[in-house]
Amino acid sequence: MAEVALGTGGAPARPRRRHVGWVPYALLAPGLLWLLVFFAAPMFTLGSQSLQEGNVFDGYVFTGNVSVYADALQKYWPHLLRSVGYAGAATVFALLLAYPLAYVIAQKAGRFQNLMLVLVVAPFFTSFLIRTLAWRTILSDTGPVTELAQRLHITDLLQAANLINNDTLLSSKFAVIAGLTYNFLPFMILPLYASLDRLDHRLVEAAEDLYASPFQAFRHVTWPMSLPGVVAGTLLTFIPAAGDYINSRLLGNTQTIMIGQVIDTQFLRVLDYPLAAALSFVLLLLILALVTTYVRRAGTEELV
Amino acid sequence: MRWLRRHLLVIVAILVLVYMLIPNAVVAVFSFNNPVGRYNYTWQEFSVDAWTNPCGAQGICDSLGLSLRIGLVASLTATALGTMIAFALGRYRFRGRSGTNLLIFMPMATPEVVMGSSLLTLFLMIGLPSGQLAVTIAHIMFCISFVVVAVKARVATLDPRLEEAAADLGSTPVQTFLRVTFPLAFPGILAGALLAFSLSFDDYIITNFNASPSSITFPMYVWGAAQRGAPVQVNVIGTMMFLIALVVVVAGQLLTARRDRARS
Repeated sequence: MAEVALGTGGAPARPRRRHVGWVPYALLAPGLLWLLVFFAAPMFTLGSQSLQEGNVFDGYVFTGNVSVYADALQKYWPHLLRSVGYAGAATVFALLLAYPLAYVIAQKAGRFQNLMLVLVVAPFFTSFLIRTLAWRTILSDTGPVTELAQRLHITDLLQAANLINNDTLLSSKFAVIAGLTYNFLPFMILPLYASLDRLDHRLVEAAEDLYASPFQAFRHVTWPMSLPGVVAGTLLTFIPAAGDYINSRLLGNTQTIMIGQVIDTQFLRVLDYPLAAALSFVLLLLILALVTTYVRRAGTEELV
Repeated sequence: MRWLRRHLLVIVAILVLVYMLIPNAVVAVFSFNNPVGRYNYTWQEFSVDAWTNPCGAQGICDSLGLSLRIGLVASLTATALGTMIAFALGRYRFRGRSGTNLLIFMPMATPEVVMGSSLLTLFLMIGLPSGQLAVTIAHIMFCISFVVVAVKARVATLDPRLEEAAADLGSTPVQTFLRVTFPLAFPGILAGALLAFSLSFDDYIITNFNASPSSITFPMYVWGAAQRGAPVQVNVIGTMMFLIALVVVVAGQLLTARRDRARS
Protein backbone atom coordinates (compact mmCIF):
# COMPACT_ATOMS: atom_id res chain seq x y z
CA MET A 1 0.00 0.00 0.00
CA ALA A 2 2.80 2.36 0.92
CA GLU A 3 4.48 1.77 -2.43
CA VAL A 4 1.29 2.71 -4.26
CA ALA A 5 1.00 5.92 -2.27
CA LEU A 6 4.62 6.90 -2.82
CA GLY A 7 5.38 5.60 -6.26
CA THR A 8 2.55 6.66 -8.52
CA GLY A 9 2.32 10.26 -7.32
CA GLY A 10 -1.23 11.54 -7.80
CA ALA A 11 -2.66 8.47 -9.49
CA PRO A 12 -6.39 9.11 -9.73
CA ALA A 13 -7.75 5.67 -8.97
CA ARG A 14 -6.32 4.94 -5.60
CA PRO A 15 -8.14 2.02 -3.97
CA ARG A 16 -11.32 3.30 -2.44
CA ARG A 17 -10.94 1.22 0.70
CA ARG A 18 -8.01 3.31 1.91
CA HIS A 19 -10.38 6.09 2.81
CA VAL A 20 -13.02 3.99 4.56
CA GLY A 21 -11.54 3.71 8.02
CA TRP A 22 -14.42 1.84 9.63
CA VAL A 23 -14.58 -1.07 7.16
CA PRO A 24 -11.87 -3.30 8.74
CA TYR A 25 -13.40 -2.80 12.16
CA ALA A 26 -16.85 -3.74 10.87
CA LEU A 27 -15.36 -6.88 9.31
CA LEU A 28 -13.54 -7.79 12.49
CA ALA A 29 -16.27 -7.00 14.97
CA PRO A 30 -18.60 -10.04 14.83
CA GLY A 31 -15.86 -12.68 14.84
CA LEU A 32 -13.67 -10.98 17.42
CA LEU A 33 -16.71 -10.36 19.62
CA TRP A 34 -17.50 -14.08 19.46
CA LEU A 35 -13.94 -14.92 20.49
CA LEU A 36 -13.94 -12.32 23.27
CA VAL A 37 -17.20 -13.60 24.75
CA PHE A 38 -16.70 -17.33 24.29
CA PHE A 39 -12.91 -17.66 24.43
CA ALA A 40 -11.38 -14.77 26.40
CA ALA A 41 -14.15 -14.13 28.94
CA PRO A 42 -14.30 -17.82 29.98
CA MET A 43 -10.64 -17.56 31.03
CA PHE A 44 -11.78 -15.03 33.64
CA THR A 45 -14.79 -17.05 34.77
CA LEU A 46 -12.43 -20.04 35.02
CA GLY A 47 -10.10 -18.07 37.27
CA SER A 48 -13.07 -16.83 39.29
CA GLN A 49 -14.51 -20.35 39.61
CA SER A 50 -11.23 -21.62 41.03
CA LEU A 51 -11.44 -19.06 43.85
CA GLN A 52 -14.99 -19.91 44.87
CA GLU A 53 -16.18 -22.20 47.64
CA GLY A 54 -19.38 -24.19 47.94
CA ASN A 55 -20.90 -27.12 46.13
CA VAL A 56 -22.97 -27.83 43.04
CA PHE A 57 -26.26 -28.10 44.91
CA ASP A 58 -26.10 -25.05 47.19
CA GLY A 59 -24.19 -22.86 44.76
CA TYR A 60 -20.81 -21.20 44.95
CA VAL A 61 -19.61 -17.99 46.62
CA PHE A 62 -16.47 -16.13 45.68
CA THR A 63 -14.13 -16.24 48.67
CA GLY A 64 -10.74 -15.70 47.06
CA ASN A 65 -9.63 -19.02 48.51
CA VAL A 66 -6.16 -19.29 46.99
CA SER A 67 -5.28 -22.39 48.99
CA VAL A 68 -7.10 -24.48 46.37
CA TYR A 69 -4.06 -23.99 44.14
CA ALA A 70 -1.73 -25.36 46.80
CA ASP A 71 -4.07 -28.33 47.26
CA ALA A 72 -4.36 -28.93 43.54
CA LEU A 73 -0.62 -28.78 42.94
CA GLN A 74 0.21 -30.91 45.95
CA LYS A 75 -2.24 -33.59 44.90
CA TYR A 76 -1.74 -33.56 41.15
CA TRP A 77 1.79 -32.36 40.46
CA PRO A 78 2.79 -35.85 39.23
CA HIS A 79 0.03 -35.70 36.61
CA LEU A 80 1.05 -32.21 35.56
CA LEU A 81 4.70 -33.16 35.31
CA ARG A 82 3.81 -36.36 33.45
CA SER A 83 1.72 -34.43 30.93
CA VAL A 84 4.58 -32.03 30.23
CA GLY A 85 6.99 -34.97 29.94
CA TYR A 86 4.82 -37.01 27.57
CA ALA A 87 3.95 -33.97 25.46
CA GLY A 88 7.62 -33.00 25.33
CA ALA A 89 8.68 -36.47 24.23
CA ALA A 90 5.91 -36.60 21.62
CA THR A 91 6.97 -33.17 20.32
CA VAL A 92 10.59 -34.28 19.92
CA PHE A 93 9.58 -37.48 18.11
CA ALA A 94 7.10 -35.57 15.94
CA LEU A 95 9.84 -33.11 14.96
CA LEU A 96 12.23 -35.97 14.08
CA LEU A 97 9.59 -37.66 11.93
CA ALA A 98 8.08 -34.52 10.43
CA TYR A 99 11.26 -32.79 9.35
CA PRO A 100 12.36 -35.28 6.65
CA LEU A 101 8.81 -35.60 5.35
CA ALA A 102 8.21 -31.83 5.25
CA TYR A 103 11.59 -31.35 3.57
CA VAL A 104 10.86 -33.93 0.89
CA ILE A 105 7.40 -32.45 0.20
CA ALA A 106 8.77 -28.92 -0.02
CA GLN A 107 11.99 -29.54 -1.94
CA LYS A 108 11.93 -32.89 -3.68
CA ALA A 109 8.36 -33.98 -4.35
CA GLY A 110 7.96 -32.21 -7.70
CA ARG A 111 4.68 -33.18 -9.28
CA PHE A 112 3.83 -35.41 -6.31
CA GLN A 113 3.74 -32.39 -3.99
CA ASN A 114 -0.05 -31.97 -3.96
CA LEU A 115 -0.62 -35.70 -3.61
CA MET A 116 1.72 -35.88 -0.62
CA LEU A 117 0.06 -32.89 1.02
CA VAL A 118 -3.34 -34.57 0.61
CA LEU A 119 -1.89 -37.73 2.20
CA VAL A 120 -0.59 -35.68 5.15
CA VAL A 121 -4.06 -34.36 5.93
CA ALA A 122 -5.85 -37.58 4.92
CA PRO A 123 -5.67 -39.09 8.45
CA PHE A 124 -7.97 -36.25 9.58
CA PHE A 125 -10.67 -37.61 7.29
CA THR A 126 -11.32 -40.38 9.78
CA SER A 127 -12.36 -39.40 13.27
CA PHE A 128 -9.54 -38.83 15.79
CA LEU A 129 -11.13 -41.19 18.31
CA ILE A 130 -11.63 -43.99 15.81
CA ARG A 131 -8.01 -43.74 14.68
CA THR A 132 -6.77 -43.83 18.26
CA LEU A 133 -8.90 -46.93 18.81
CA ALA A 134 -7.26 -48.41 15.72
CA TRP A 135 -3.92 -48.20 17.57
CA ARG A 136 -5.39 -50.58 20.11
CA THR A 137 -5.88 -53.04 17.27
CA ILE A 138 -2.41 -52.41 15.85
CA LEU A 139 -0.61 -52.78 19.19
CA SER A 140 -2.85 -55.54 20.54
CA ASP A 141 -1.11 -58.22 22.60
CA THR A 142 -1.60 -60.94 20.00
CA GLY A 143 -1.06 -58.76 16.93
CA PRO A 144 1.86 -58.92 14.48
CA VAL A 145 3.46 -55.67 15.70
CA THR A 146 3.80 -56.93 19.27
CA GLU A 147 5.04 -60.29 18.03
CA LEU A 148 7.69 -58.65 15.84
CA ALA A 149 8.79 -56.36 18.66
CA GLN A 150 9.13 -59.37 20.95
CA ARG A 151 11.11 -61.34 18.40
CA LEU A 152 13.50 -58.43 17.77
CA HIS A 153 13.81 -57.90 21.54
CA ILE A 154 12.47 -54.37 21.19
CA THR A 155 10.10 -55.14 24.04
CA ASP A 156 13.08 -56.00 26.28
CA LEU A 157 14.63 -52.69 25.38
CA LEU A 158 11.43 -50.77 26.10
CA GLN A 159 11.03 -52.64 29.35
CA ALA A 160 14.56 -51.75 30.38
CA ALA A 161 13.73 -48.10 29.60
CA ASN A 162 10.65 -48.45 31.82
CA LEU A 163 8.36 -47.54 28.92
CA ILE A 164 6.32 -50.75 29.13
CA ASN A 165 5.48 -52.85 32.17
CA ASN A 166 5.49 -56.36 30.72
CA ASP A 167 6.16 -58.07 27.44
CA THR A 168 3.36 -56.29 25.56
CA LEU A 169 3.12 -52.84 23.97
CA LEU A 170 -0.43 -51.73 24.73
CA SER A 171 -1.50 -49.96 27.93
CA SER A 172 1.89 -48.42 28.55
CA LYS A 173 3.84 -45.18 28.54
CA PHE A 174 5.23 -46.21 25.18
CA ALA A 175 1.78 -46.56 23.63
CA VAL A 176 0.63 -43.20 25.00
CA ILE A 177 3.68 -41.33 23.68
CA ALA A 178 3.44 -43.12 20.32
CA GLY A 179 -0.25 -42.21 20.13
CA LEU A 180 0.41 -38.56 20.99
CA THR A 181 3.20 -38.40 18.40
CA TYR A 182 0.93 -39.91 15.78
CA ASN A 183 -2.08 -37.74 16.54
CA PHE A 184 -0.30 -34.39 16.46
CA LEU A 185 2.19 -35.14 13.67
CA PRO A 186 0.27 -33.20 10.97
CA PHE A 187 0.40 -30.07 13.17
CA MET A 188 4.18 -30.34 13.06
CA ILE A 189 4.42 -31.17 9.35
CA LEU A 190 2.29 -28.33 7.98
CA PRO A 191 4.14 -25.34 9.53
CA LEU A 192 7.48 -27.02 8.76
CA TYR A 193 6.40 -27.51 5.17
CA ALA A 194 5.29 -23.87 4.95
CA SER A 195 8.71 -22.56 6.00
CA LEU A 196 10.75 -25.14 4.05
CA ASP A 197 8.69 -24.39 0.93
CA ARG A 198 9.93 -20.79 1.07
CA LEU A 199 13.55 -21.93 1.34
CA ASP A 200 15.48 -20.98 -1.76
CA HIS A 201 17.43 -24.07 -2.77
CA ARG A 202 20.12 -21.92 -4.38
CA LEU A 203 21.25 -20.88 -0.89
CA VAL A 204 22.04 -24.50 -0.07
CA GLU A 205 23.84 -24.86 -3.38
CA ALA A 206 25.83 -21.72 -2.66
CA ALA A 207 26.87 -23.15 0.70
CA GLU A 208 27.96 -26.36 -1.00
CA ASP A 209 29.88 -24.41 -3.63
CA LEU A 210 31.70 -22.78 -0.75
CA TYR A 211 32.79 -26.24 0.44
CA ALA A 212 30.21 -26.75 3.15
CA SER A 213 29.58 -30.41 3.85
CA PRO A 214 25.92 -31.49 3.55
CA PHE A 215 25.74 -31.46 7.34
CA GLN A 216 27.24 -27.97 7.59
CA ALA A 217 24.92 -26.70 4.86
CA PHE A 218 22.00 -28.08 6.81
CA ARG A 219 23.17 -26.64 10.12
CA HIS A 220 23.99 -23.18 8.85
CA VAL A 221 21.44 -22.68 6.05
CA THR A 222 18.45 -25.01 6.01
CA TRP A 223 17.89 -25.33 9.76
CA PRO A 224 18.02 -21.60 10.62
CA MET A 225 15.74 -20.79 7.67
CA SER A 226 13.19 -23.34 8.85
CA LEU A 227 13.24 -22.13 12.45
CA PRO A 228 9.89 -20.25 12.28
CA GLY A 229 8.26 -23.49 11.16
CA VAL A 230 10.04 -25.48 13.86
CA VAL A 231 8.85 -23.11 16.57
CA ALA A 232 5.26 -22.90 15.27
CA GLY A 233 5.08 -26.67 14.81
CA THR A 234 6.51 -27.29 18.26
CA LEU A 235 3.89 -25.02 19.85
CA LEU A 236 1.04 -26.54 17.85
CA THR A 237 2.14 -30.06 18.84
CA PHE A 238 3.20 -29.57 22.45
CA ILE A 239 0.24 -27.53 23.63
CA PRO A 240 -2.64 -29.75 22.49
CA ALA A 241 -0.63 -32.85 23.46
CA ALA A 242 -0.13 -31.52 27.01
CA GLY A 243 -3.88 -31.14 27.48
CA ASP A 244 -4.91 -34.32 25.68
CA TYR A 245 -6.26 -37.28 27.57
CA ILE A 246 -7.78 -39.38 24.82
CA ASN A 247 -4.46 -41.13 24.13
CA SER A 248 -3.63 -41.71 27.78
CA ARG A 249 -7.13 -43.00 28.41
CA LEU A 250 -7.36 -45.33 25.40
CA LEU A 251 -3.73 -46.46 25.12
CA GLY A 252 -2.42 -46.11 28.67
CA ASN A 253 -2.99 -47.55 32.12
CA THR A 254 -3.69 -46.12 35.59
CA GLN A 255 -0.05 -45.03 35.84
CA THR A 256 -0.25 -42.87 32.72
CA ILE A 257 -3.15 -40.58 33.67
CA MET A 258 -2.53 -37.09 32.31
CA ILE A 259 -3.68 -33.75 33.70
CA GLY A 260 -6.52 -33.39 31.18
CA GLN A 261 -8.12 -36.54 32.47
CA VAL A 262 -7.91 -35.27 36.06
CA ILE A 263 -9.61 -32.01 35.03
CA ASP A 264 -12.32 -33.91 33.15
CA THR A 265 -12.98 -36.25 36.07
CA GLN A 266 -12.98 -33.50 38.70
CA PHE A 267 -15.32 -31.31 36.62
CA LEU A 268 -17.76 -33.86 35.28
CA ARG A 269 -17.69 -36.81 37.71
CA VAL A 270 -16.46 -35.58 41.11
CA LEU A 271 -18.06 -32.15 40.54
CA ASP A 272 -15.28 -30.37 42.45
CA TYR A 273 -15.43 -27.25 40.28
CA PRO A 274 -12.90 -25.05 42.16
CA LEU A 275 -10.22 -27.76 42.12
CA ALA A 276 -10.82 -28.60 38.46
CA ALA A 277 -10.85 -24.91 37.53
CA ALA A 278 -7.60 -24.36 39.44
CA LEU A 279 -5.88 -27.21 37.58
CA SER A 280 -7.21 -25.96 34.27
CA PHE A 281 -6.00 -22.45 35.09
CA VAL A 282 -2.51 -23.72 35.92
CA LEU A 283 -2.41 -25.46 32.56
CA LEU A 284 -3.55 -22.23 30.89
CA LEU A 285 -0.81 -20.20 32.63
CA LEU A 286 1.80 -22.70 31.48
CA ILE A 287 0.61 -22.35 27.89
CA LEU A 288 0.44 -18.55 28.13
CA ALA A 289 4.04 -18.48 29.34
CA LEU A 290 5.10 -20.55 26.33
CA VAL A 291 3.19 -18.42 23.82
CA THR A 292 4.46 -15.17 25.35
CA THR A 293 8.05 -16.35 25.04
CA TYR A 294 7.39 -17.21 21.43
CA VAL A 295 5.70 -13.88 20.62
CA ARG A 296 8.55 -11.93 22.27
CA ARG A 297 10.96 -13.63 19.90
CA ALA A 298 8.96 -13.76 16.69
CA GLY A 299 6.15 -11.19 16.87
CA THR A 300 2.51 -11.90 16.09
CA GLU A 301 2.43 -11.58 12.30
CA GLU A 302 3.74 -15.10 11.69
CA LEU A 303 1.20 -16.66 14.02
CA VAL A 304 -1.84 -16.80 11.76
CA MET B 1 24.20 -49.02 -0.94
CA ARG B 2 24.80 -45.77 -2.79
CA TRP B 3 21.27 -45.91 -4.09
CA LEU B 4 20.03 -46.29 -0.55
CA ARG B 5 22.08 -43.33 0.65
CA ARG B 6 20.91 -41.08 -2.14
CA HIS B 7 17.27 -41.91 -1.56
CA LEU B 8 17.40 -42.25 2.21
CA LEU B 9 15.46 -39.04 2.80
CA VAL B 10 12.66 -39.99 0.42
CA ILE B 11 12.44 -43.47 1.96
CA VAL B 12 12.17 -42.01 5.46
CA ALA B 13 9.49 -39.59 4.23
CA ILE B 14 7.46 -42.42 2.73
CA LEU B 15 7.79 -44.48 5.92
CA VAL B 16 6.49 -41.54 7.95
CA LEU B 17 3.51 -41.24 5.58
CA VAL B 18 2.84 -44.95 6.02
CA TYR B 19 2.95 -44.53 9.82
CA MET B 20 0.39 -41.73 9.46
CA LEU B 21 -1.94 -43.73 7.24
CA ILE B 22 -1.83 -47.19 8.82
CA PRO B 23 -4.62 -46.46 11.34
CA ASN B 24 -6.95 -45.33 8.53
CA ALA B 25 -6.25 -48.57 6.70
CA VAL B 26 -6.85 -50.61 9.85
CA VAL B 27 -10.18 -48.84 10.42
CA ALA B 28 -11.24 -49.65 6.86
CA VAL B 29 -10.12 -53.30 7.01
CA PHE B 30 -11.81 -53.93 10.35
CA SER B 31 -15.07 -52.50 9.02
CA PHE B 32 -15.32 -55.85 7.21
CA ASN B 33 -14.61 -57.87 10.32
CA ASN B 34 -17.09 -60.18 11.99
CA PRO B 35 -15.88 -60.01 15.59
CA VAL B 36 -16.52 -62.66 18.19
CA GLY B 37 -17.72 -61.04 21.39
CA ARG B 38 -17.84 -57.30 21.99
CA TYR B 39 -14.33 -56.21 21.03
CA ASN B 40 -13.44 -55.56 17.40
CA TYR B 41 -9.68 -55.79 17.99
CA THR B 42 -8.69 -59.09 16.40
CA TRP B 43 -9.47 -60.24 12.90
CA GLN B 44 -12.01 -63.07 12.68
CA GLU B 45 -13.65 -63.37 9.28
CA PHE B 46 -14.74 -61.28 6.32
CA SER B 47 -18.25 -59.90 6.52
CA VAL B 48 -20.25 -57.08 4.96
CA ASP B 49 -22.94 -57.16 7.65
CA ALA B 50 -21.99 -53.81 9.13
CA TRP B 51 -21.84 -52.17 5.68
CA THR B 52 -25.33 -53.36 4.74
CA ASN B 53 -26.67 -52.19 8.09
CA PRO B 54 -24.68 -49.10 9.14
CA CYS B 55 -27.37 -47.93 11.58
CA GLY B 56 -27.51 -51.37 13.17
CA ALA B 57 -25.93 -50.28 16.44
CA GLN B 58 -28.38 -48.57 18.74
CA GLY B 59 -28.12 -44.77 18.80
CA ILE B 60 -25.27 -44.55 16.30
CA CYS B 61 -27.21 -42.83 13.51
CA ASP B 62 -28.94 -40.41 15.90
CA SER B 63 -25.54 -39.28 17.13
CA LEU B 64 -24.28 -39.09 13.56
CA GLY B 65 -27.24 -36.91 12.54
CA LEU B 66 -26.65 -34.59 15.50
CA SER B 67 -22.95 -34.26 14.65
CA LEU B 68 -23.77 -33.47 11.02
CA ARG B 69 -26.32 -30.82 12.06
CA ILE B 70 -23.99 -29.17 14.58
CA GLY B 71 -21.12 -29.39 12.08
CA LEU B 72 -23.17 -27.67 9.39
CA VAL B 73 -24.36 -24.78 11.57
CA ALA B 74 -20.97 -24.34 13.26
CA SER B 75 -18.93 -24.45 10.04
CA LEU B 76 -21.22 -22.06 8.15
CA THR B 77 -21.24 -19.53 11.00
CA ALA B 78 -17.51 -19.84 11.65
CA THR B 79 -16.80 -19.49 7.92
CA ALA B 80 -18.80 -16.25 7.70
CA LEU B 81 -17.14 -14.76 10.79
CA GLY B 82 -13.66 -16.05 9.95
CA THR B 83 -13.77 -14.93 6.31
CA MET B 84 -14.58 -11.36 7.34
CA ILE B 85 -11.64 -11.35 9.77
CA ALA B 86 -9.33 -12.80 7.10
CA PHE B 87 -10.29 -10.04 4.65
CA ALA B 88 -9.70 -7.38 7.30
CA LEU B 89 -6.25 -8.85 8.09
CA GLY B 90 -5.29 -9.45 4.48
CA ARG B 91 -6.56 -6.24 2.90
CA TYR B 92 -6.51 -3.43 5.44
CA ARG B 93 -4.21 -1.66 7.82
CA PHE B 94 -5.77 -0.94 11.17
CA ARG B 95 -4.95 -0.36 14.81
CA GLY B 96 -4.90 -3.34 17.13
CA ARG B 97 -3.50 -5.70 14.54
CA SER B 98 -1.19 -7.63 16.86
CA GLY B 99 -3.95 -7.95 19.45
CA THR B 100 -6.20 -9.38 16.74
CA ASN B 101 -3.53 -11.83 15.60
CA LEU B 102 -3.06 -12.99 19.17
CA LEU B 103 -6.80 -13.43 19.75
CA ILE B 104 -7.01 -15.52 16.58
CA PHE B 105 -3.98 -17.61 17.48
CA MET B 106 -4.79 -18.36 21.09
CA PRO B 107 -7.76 -20.72 20.50
CA MET B 108 -5.53 -22.84 18.23
CA ALA B 109 -2.83 -22.95 20.91
CA THR B 110 -5.01 -23.59 23.95
CA PRO B 111 -5.56 -27.19 25.05
CA GLU B 112 -9.10 -28.30 24.42
CA VAL B 113 -9.56 -29.29 28.03
CA VAL B 114 -8.91 -25.68 29.07
CA MET B 115 -11.33 -24.26 26.49
CA GLY B 116 -14.00 -26.81 27.32
CA SER B 117 -13.80 -26.35 31.08
CA SER B 118 -13.55 -22.56 30.96
CA LEU B 119 -16.55 -22.35 28.66
CA LEU B 120 -18.45 -24.56 31.08
CA THR B 121 -17.70 -22.09 33.90
CA LEU B 122 -19.00 -19.23 31.71
CA PHE B 123 -22.18 -21.11 30.87
CA LEU B 124 -22.69 -21.99 34.54
CA MET B 125 -22.31 -18.35 35.46
CA ILE B 126 -24.74 -16.98 32.87
CA GLY B 127 -27.11 -19.92 33.33
CA LEU B 128 -26.98 -21.37 29.82
CA PRO B 129 -27.81 -25.07 30.12
CA SER B 130 -25.49 -27.72 28.67
CA GLY B 131 -26.72 -29.18 25.41
CA GLN B 132 -26.89 -28.64 21.68
CA LEU B 133 -26.81 -24.83 21.80
CA ALA B 134 -23.83 -24.73 24.16
CA VAL B 135 -21.96 -27.25 22.00
CA THR B 136 -22.69 -25.29 18.81
CA ILE B 137 -21.47 -22.03 20.37
CA ALA B 138 -18.27 -23.79 21.47
CA HIS B 139 -17.66 -25.30 18.04
CA ILE B 140 -18.08 -21.96 16.28
CA MET B 141 -15.56 -20.48 18.74
CA PHE B 142 -12.76 -22.95 18.05
CA CYS B 143 -13.42 -23.14 14.29
CA ILE B 144 -13.12 -19.38 13.59
CA SER B 145 -9.33 -19.27 13.87
CA PHE B 146 -8.78 -22.15 11.46
CA VAL B 147 -11.08 -20.50 8.88
CA VAL B 148 -9.12 -17.25 9.26
CA VAL B 149 -5.84 -19.08 8.57
CA ALA B 150 -7.21 -20.87 5.49
CA VAL B 151 -8.88 -17.81 3.96
CA LYS B 152 -6.05 -15.43 4.80
CA ALA B 153 -3.59 -17.66 2.96
CA ARG B 154 -5.76 -17.39 -0.17
CA VAL B 155 -6.42 -13.64 0.17
CA ALA B 156 -2.67 -13.05 0.43
CA THR B 157 -2.18 -14.54 -3.07
CA LEU B 158 -4.85 -12.36 -4.72
CA ASP B 159 -3.68 -9.51 -6.89
CA PRO B 160 -5.22 -6.28 -5.51
CA ARG B 161 -4.89 -4.74 -8.98
CA LEU B 162 -7.80 -6.90 -10.16
CA GLU B 163 -10.07 -5.15 -7.69
CA GLU B 164 -8.62 -1.80 -8.66
CA ALA B 165 -9.28 -2.59 -12.32
CA ALA B 166 -12.90 -3.42 -11.50
CA ALA B 167 -13.22 -0.13 -9.64
CA ASP B 168 -11.66 1.74 -12.59
CA LEU B 169 -14.24 0.17 -14.86
CA GLY B 170 -16.95 1.74 -12.75
CA SER B 171 -18.05 -1.13 -10.55
CA THR B 172 -19.29 -0.29 -7.08
CA PRO B 173 -17.50 -1.80 -4.05
CA VAL B 174 -20.34 -4.31 -3.61
CA GLN B 175 -20.19 -5.36 -7.27
CA THR B 176 -16.40 -5.65 -7.09
CA PHE B 177 -16.67 -7.87 -4.05
CA LEU B 178 -19.36 -10.12 -5.51
CA ARG B 179 -17.91 -10.47 -9.02
CA VAL B 180 -14.15 -10.28 -8.45
CA THR B 181 -12.99 -10.69 -4.87
CA PHE B 182 -15.38 -13.37 -3.66
CA PRO B 183 -14.98 -15.75 -6.66
CA LEU B 184 -11.19 -15.43 -6.44
CA ALA B 185 -11.13 -16.09 -2.69
CA PHE B 186 -13.69 -18.88 -2.90
CA PRO B 187 -11.27 -21.85 -2.90
CA GLY B 188 -9.80 -20.58 0.37
CA ILE B 189 -13.25 -20.02 1.85
CA LEU B 190 -14.33 -23.52 0.83
CA ALA B 191 -11.16 -25.02 2.32
CA GLY B 192 -11.80 -23.12 5.55
CA ALA B 193 -15.41 -24.31 5.67
CA LEU B 194 -14.44 -27.95 5.11
CA LEU B 195 -11.72 -27.71 7.76
CA ALA B 196 -14.20 -26.17 10.19
CA PHE B 197 -16.73 -28.89 9.48
CA SER B 198 -14.24 -31.68 10.04
CA LEU B 199 -12.97 -30.08 13.27
CA SER B 200 -16.51 -29.72 14.57
CA PHE B 201 -17.49 -33.20 13.48
CA ASP B 202 -14.42 -34.69 15.15
CA ASP B 203 -14.39 -32.84 18.46
CA TYR B 204 -14.72 -34.86 21.62
CA ILE B 205 -13.12 -33.01 24.56
CA ILE B 206 -14.79 -29.59 24.30
CA THR B 207 -18.09 -31.20 23.35
CA ASN B 208 -17.92 -33.52 26.34
CA PHE B 209 -17.72 -30.53 28.70
CA ASN B 210 -20.75 -28.79 27.25
CA ALA B 211 -23.07 -31.56 26.09
CA SER B 212 -26.02 -33.04 27.95
CA PRO B 213 -27.24 -36.65 27.96
CA SER B 214 -29.75 -35.67 25.27
CA SER B 215 -27.06 -34.28 22.95
CA ILE B 216 -24.73 -37.22 22.31
CA THR B 217 -22.56 -36.39 19.29
CA PHE B 218 -20.87 -39.04 17.18
CA PRO B 219 -17.44 -38.77 18.90
CA MET B 220 -19.21 -39.00 22.28
CA TYR B 221 -21.01 -42.09 21.05
CA VAL B 222 -17.70 -43.63 19.95
CA TRP B 223 -16.09 -42.80 23.30
CA GLY B 224 -18.97 -44.37 25.20
CA ALA B 225 -18.99 -47.40 22.92
CA ALA B 226 -15.21 -47.83 23.27
CA GLN B 227 -15.62 -48.46 27.00
CA ARG B 228 -17.82 -51.49 26.39
CA GLY B 229 -16.55 -52.54 22.94
CA ALA B 230 -17.22 -50.39 19.86
CA PRO B 231 -19.54 -51.94 17.26
CA VAL B 232 -18.23 -52.57 13.73
CA GLN B 233 -20.59 -49.84 12.49
CA VAL B 234 -18.21 -47.27 14.01
CA ASN B 235 -15.53 -48.44 11.55
CA VAL B 236 -18.04 -48.35 8.69
CA ILE B 237 -18.98 -44.74 9.38
CA GLY B 238 -15.32 -43.81 9.90
CA THR B 239 -14.46 -45.32 6.52
CA MET B 240 -17.43 -43.65 4.79
CA MET B 241 -16.35 -40.23 6.11
CA PHE B 242 -12.81 -40.92 4.92
CA LEU B 243 -13.99 -41.80 1.41
CA ILE B 244 -16.35 -38.82 1.16
CA ALA B 245 -13.63 -36.41 2.30
CA LEU B 246 -11.13 -37.98 -0.09
CA VAL B 247 -13.53 -37.57 -3.03
CA VAL B 248 -14.20 -33.92 -2.12
CA VAL B 249 -10.50 -33.07 -1.80
CA VAL B 250 -9.40 -34.94 -4.93
CA ALA B 251 -12.24 -33.36 -6.95
CA GLY B 252 -11.17 -29.95 -5.66
CA GLN B 253 -7.56 -30.61 -6.65
CA LEU B 254 -8.55 -31.79 -10.12
CA LEU B 255 -10.80 -28.78 -10.67
CA THR B 256 -8.05 -26.38 -9.65
CA ALA B 257 -5.54 -28.17 -11.86
CA ARG B 258 -7.90 -28.01 -14.84
CA ARG B 259 -8.64 -24.33 -14.31
CA ASP B 260 -4.94 -23.57 -14.05
CA ARG B 261 -4.31 -25.47 -17.29
CA ALA B 262 -7.16 -23.65 -19.03
CA ARG B 263 -5.72 -20.32 -17.92
CA SER B 264 -2.18 -20.94 -19.12
